[in-house]
Amino acid sequence: MHTTVHLLAADAPAQLLPARQLMAFTLASHIILVPMGVALPLITLVMHHRGLRRGDPVALLLARRWSAVMAVQFAIGVVTGTVLSFEFGLLWPGLMGRWGDVFGVGFGVEAWAFFLEAVLIAIYLYGWRRLPPRTHFLLGLPLPAAALLGAFGILSANAWMNTPQGFTLDSRGDPVDVDVWKAVFTPMFGPQYWHFVVAMLMTAGYVVAGVYAVGWLRGRRDRYHRLGFTVPFTLAAAATPVQLFLGDSITRAVFREQPVKFAAMEIVWETDSHVPEYLFGRLHPDGSITGGIKFPQLDSILAGFSPDTVVQGLTAVPAADRPNATQATIAHCAFDVMVCIGSALALLAAWYGLAWLRHRRPPRSRWFYRGAACAGVGSVVAVECGWITTEVGRQPWIVYGHMRVAEAVTPTRSSALWTVFALVAVVYVLVFAAFVVVLLKMRDRWRLSDEPAGPGSGAGPGPDGAEAPEAATPYGPRPPAPAGAADAAAEPGSSAPSEGGGR
Amino acid sequence: MAGLVAFVLLLAVTAYACAGGADYGAGFWDLAAGGAARGRRPRRLIDHAMAPVWEVNNVWLVFVLVLMWTGFPVLFQTVFTAMWLPLALAALGMVVRGAGFALRKPVRRLSRRRLYGAAFAGASLLTPFCLGVAVGGIASGRAAPGTEAAAHVWAGPAPLAFGLFTVAETALLGAVFLTADAARFEAPDLVGYFRLRALVALGAVAVTACGVLLATRSDAPHVWQGLTRGAGLALAAASAASLAATGLLVLRGRARWARFGAVAAVGTAVFAWGLAQRPYLIPTSLTVADAAGDPQTLAWLSLVSLVALLLIGPAVALLYRLDTRGTLEPLADSDLRGVRPHRGGPADDGG
Repeated sequence: MHTTVHLLAADAPAQLLPARQLMAFTLASHIILVPMGVALPLITLVMHHRGLRRGDPVALLLARRWSAVMAVQFAIGVVTGTVLSFEFGLLWPGLMGRWGDVFGVGFGVEAWAFFLEAVLIAIYLYGWRRLPPRTHFLLGLPLPAAALLGAFGILSANAWMNTPQGFTLDSRGDPVDVDVWKAVFTPMFGPQYWHFVVAMLMTAGYVVAGVYAVGWLRGRRDRYHRLGFTVPFTLAAAATPVQLFLGDSITRAVFREQPVKFAAMEIVWETDSHVPEYLFGRLHPDGSITGGIKFPQLDSILAGFSPDTVVQGLTAVPAADRPNATQATIAHCAFDVMVCIGSALALLAAWYGLAWLRHRRPPRSRWFYRGAACAGVGSVVAVECGWITTEVGRQPWIVYGHMRVAEAVTPTRSSALWTVFALVAVVYVLVFAAFVVVLLKMRDRWRLSDEPAGPGSGAGPGPDGAEAPEAATPYGPRPPAPAGAADAAAEPGSSAPSEGGGR
Repeated sequence: MAGLVAFVLLLAVTAYACAGGADYGAGFWDLAAGGAARGRRPRRLIDHAMAPVWEVNNVWLVFVLVLMWTGFPVLFQTVFTAMWLPLALAALGMVVRGAGFALRKPVRRLSRRRLYGAAFAGASLLTPFCLGVAVGGIASGRAAPGTEAAAHVWAGPAPLAFGLFTVAETALLGAVFLTADAARFEAPDLVGYFRLRALVALGAVAVTACGVLLATRSDAPHVWQGLTRGAGLALAAASAASLAATGLLVLRGRARWARFGAVAAVGTAVFAWGLAQRPYLIPTSLTVADAAGDPQTLAWLSLVSLVALLLIGPAVALLYRLDTRGTLEPLADSDLRGVRPHRGGPADDGG
C-alpha cells in the first residue's frame, strides 16, 4: 500500500490542479455568504425584538430591510452550497467512496438543520405582512439554533478530516467498525466549532455595522443609522475578546493534534526548543527563511508557555507527507493575516467598550468609524484566511494521515475540469456581481425613500393608500399607470413598476 | 438496516421529484411564456407562487446527496464518477437557475429582468433533464462500479428517455400547481391558461412514459422485468391511473385536487422505478447490501433521519400550509420605506 501511495504522491494526476482550484474557488465564494447565513438571522432577531418590545418603528424598519437583504443572500447561499455537495462527488469521489460512511453522519445532521433553517427563514421572510407580530417573531426565534446545528454538522466533518478517528482499517485499508460518536466528536471539533461560530457572529456584525459606519462618515447620523450601527457592532464587539481567547486555544490544539500543520503555520523547519516566531516571511525549500519579522523564542512560549517547549518541525516527517515550502508559506501568511486582523478588531472593540464605559455613548472620532467601516471587509478577509490556513496546512492530506488529496480526486480528464472551472468562474463572477448590484440598488431605493422630499421623487410617493391594495392583491385589476411612469425605474413608489418589483 | 436507509433514500428522491419538480416545472412554463409583454402575468404568478418555497424544495436534493454518500458511499462514488458530465451540468444549471430567480425579483429594469429570467428558465429545463439522464444511467446499469466518465454511460436510449420523461413530469407538476395557484390568487384568466398547459404536459408525460417503457425493455432489462411484475407493475399501474385521474380533475376544473393526482402520479412512478431495481442500487452490479456503509453509521443515519423527520415534518407542513393559505407574502416596497412622520402607515401594517 505504501509504495502506491508514494507513487501517487510523486506524479500527481493532471486533474488534481483544476479540481483543487475549482473546489477552492467555489468554497471561497460560498464562505463569503456563510457568516451572513449563520449570524444575520440572530442580529435581525435582536433588532426585531427591540422594535417589538419598545414599539420602535425604526428598529422594525431595520429588521425588515435586513430581512429583504437576507432573502437575496440566503438564496445565493443555497445554490452555492448545493454546488459544494455536488462537488464532493464530481471532484472527490474517492474521499466519499471510502470514508463517506465514517464521517457522513455530521452531514446528515447538517442537511436536516439546513432544511429546518430554510423552512423557518421562508416563514420569517415572507411572514412580515400577514402573520401576527408576536407569532412571526416567535417563529423566527429557532433560526439561530438551526444555524448553529448546521454549523455543527459541517464543522464536525471538517474536524474529522483534520483529526480522523472512530474507525479501524481492515487488511485492504478500508475503514470498518465505525464508531460514529468518536467520528463526530474528534479532538479538533470543539476548538474549530467555537472558533467558527464566534467568527461568524463577528463577521456578520462588523459587516452590517460597517454599512452604517460608512453612512455616519458621509454625514447620515440620524437615529436610523445610529441604531443600525450600534446593535450589530455591539454584538460583534462583545464577541471579539472571546475570539482572542478561542483563537489562541485552537492554535494550541493544532500544536497538539496536528503538529505538522502547526509547523507549516509557523514555518518551523527543524524540531527544536526556543523556536522563534516569524511574523510573515517566506520559507524556501531548503528550510531557509527570508523576510518577515523574527521574535526570538516567542513561538515556543506561545505554544507551551515556556521557551523550553519543543516544537516539531516540518522535517520531522518525510517530504511527501508534509506541505511543501510554498504551501507552508501560504498557510503561514494566511494565519498571520488572520491574527493581525483579529488583533486590530480587538483594539477597535476595546475602543468602543471604553467609550461606552466612560461616556455611555459610542465614540465620536471619525477614525473610529473609519476603522468600523473597514472592520466588515477585514473580518471577511480574516475568515477566508482562517479557512486557507486550515486547508492548505493539511496538505497533502485530504484525510489527515490516511488519504492524500491525489488519491481522492476524480478520474475525469483535466481538460473537462478546466472547462467546467472556467464556466463556473464566469457564472460565479456574474452572480456575485449581480448580487452586489442588487444590494446597491436596494440601498439606493431605500435611501431615496428615506429622504423626506428629495429631488426626483416628485411624481412618486403619493398617498400610501394608493399602493397598499396593489401590494396586497398582486393579481387583481390594477389602476392605469400614473403619468410619472417614465421615471418608474427610479421611483418605486408608483404602482406600474412595482408590478413584481416588490417581490 | 440498509434496506431501511435505501427506502428513506427513495422517499427523499420522491420528495425531491415532487417538490423540486413543481419548481422546475414553473421555470419551464416561465421559459414557454413568450415575450415580455405576453408572458408578464404568467411570470408574475410563477414568481409569486415559487418564492416562499423554492429554497426548501432545493434542500431535498442536498438530503438525497447526503443519504447517498453516508449510507451508500460506493453508489455515490460510482454515480458521480461515471456520469460526470450530466451531473456537472445539473449543478451548473442549479446555480444559474437559483441565482437567476433570486436576482430577478429585486431588479426593476426590463432588460435585466429578461436576462435573469432567461437564465432561470433555461436552467430549469437543463437541470431536470440532466438529473433524469443520471437516473436513466443508473437504471440501464451501465454506470457500474469502476466505470470511468464516458458518454456511452448516459447517452443511451434509456437515459435520454428518462431525461425527457423527467422534463415532462416537471412541466406537468408545474402547470397543475400553477393552475391551483392562479385560482388561489384570483387570476381567473391564468386558470384557463395553465389548465391548457397542464393538459398538454399530461399528454407529453404519457408519450414520454411510453418512451421510457420501450427504452427500458431493450436498454434496462432488469428494470423492465421489475416493472412488468409484482410491486413494480402495481405501482406503474397506479401511476398511470393517477395520471388519468389528474387529467379528469384538470378538465373538470378541480385544480386543487389535481395537485394530489399529479403528485401521486410522479411519486408512484419514482417508487415503481425504485422497487423495480430491487435488490440492486445499480442493476446487476451493485446491490443494496453490497453498497451499504458501516452498520453503525446506517443505524445513526436512520436515527438522525427519524429525529429530523419529527422536527422537519411539522415545520414543512406549517410552511406549505401558510403558503397555501396565502399568509406568506414578500415584503412590498411600502414595508421597506422610511418611517418619516408622513409615512407612518407601512410600519403599522408590517410589524
